[in-house]
Amino acid sequence: MTWTWFHRLASPPYIYALAARLTPWFAWPAGLCILAGLWGGLVLAPPDYQQGDGFRILYVHAPSAWMSLMVYTTMAIAAAIGLIWRMKVAHAVAASCAPIGASFTFAALVTGALWGEPMWGTYWEWDPRLTSELVLLFLYLGYMGLRAGIEDPQRADRASAVLAVVGVVNVPIIHYSVTWWNSLHQAPSVMRLAKPAMPLAMVTPLLLMLLGFTLLFVALLLTRLRGEVLARERAASWIREVVSA
Amino acid sequence: MREFFDMGGYAAFVWPAYAVTLAVVVLNIVWARQALARSREEARRRLKMHGETR
Repeated sequence: MTWTWFHRLASPPYIYALAARLTPWFAWPAGLCILAGLWGGLVLAPPDYQQGDGFRILYVHAPSAWMSLMVYTTMAIAAAIGLIWRMKVAHAVAASCAPIGASFTFAALVTGALWGEPMWGTYWEWDPRLTSELVLLFLYLGYMGLRAGIEDPQRADRASAVLAVVGVVNVPIIHYSVTWWNSLHQAPSVMRLAKPAMPLAMVTPLLLMLLGFTLLFVALLLTRLRGEVLARERAASWIREVVSA
Repeated sequence: MREFFDMGGYAAFVWPAYAVTLAVVVLNIVWARQALARSREEARRRLKMHGETR
């Protein structure tokens, strides 16, 4: 097996050009999936037999919550690669993830509160799932604050990467919180090994939204990554070509 | 149509949830593009300064 692909991924000009070329291939399918998912979720899916039309919050809540965890995991893996191989591009990926993840964690918490009030009778409860998701938001904000507070970019990369890697223990805690502890929050009904506990007309829009949000994440990450790569390069000749256009 | 907007009585919860998520999606697109534009601007300025001192 050759490692040339890995070394090429570490090359800033290669990454910058690749990210620019790939972005539309994720952005447009993301838009299509999300539009189809919205139509399916708001119009085509039948009302739930217990929650009526209130269950439709699912189609924005679950994808936001999925993003909050998937983006953090991506960030922690990139941070670990950056620490182990001292790879600048990996640190740039991690730094690009944080604001995206933080904003979708916020969306997951707010949509969850709006779902909790009519179904559980409360916007907020210090429940294991809700509390660990709030901790996730603070991890993202702490990561961003730490980066902003360190002047030297290399030290900022390394210090924030340590925080990202340590914080990853929270991801399985969030995921399994509903099975480990007695939680108000329901157990997964789609993301599980057995067949989804929902009819097809309800599951399909959810899968489209999950796929759409994931593709959107890649497009956002690629865009931010280009900015982070540029910021880490000092007067390299390739920069002249890409910014003079 | 009215029935659709009423969301079976859950309108006050369903629509704000969709609005918040939509806002987060749109803001993410705007912020990502702004961040890239800012980095390009800074790189351009750095190159200019570098060119003048040489």
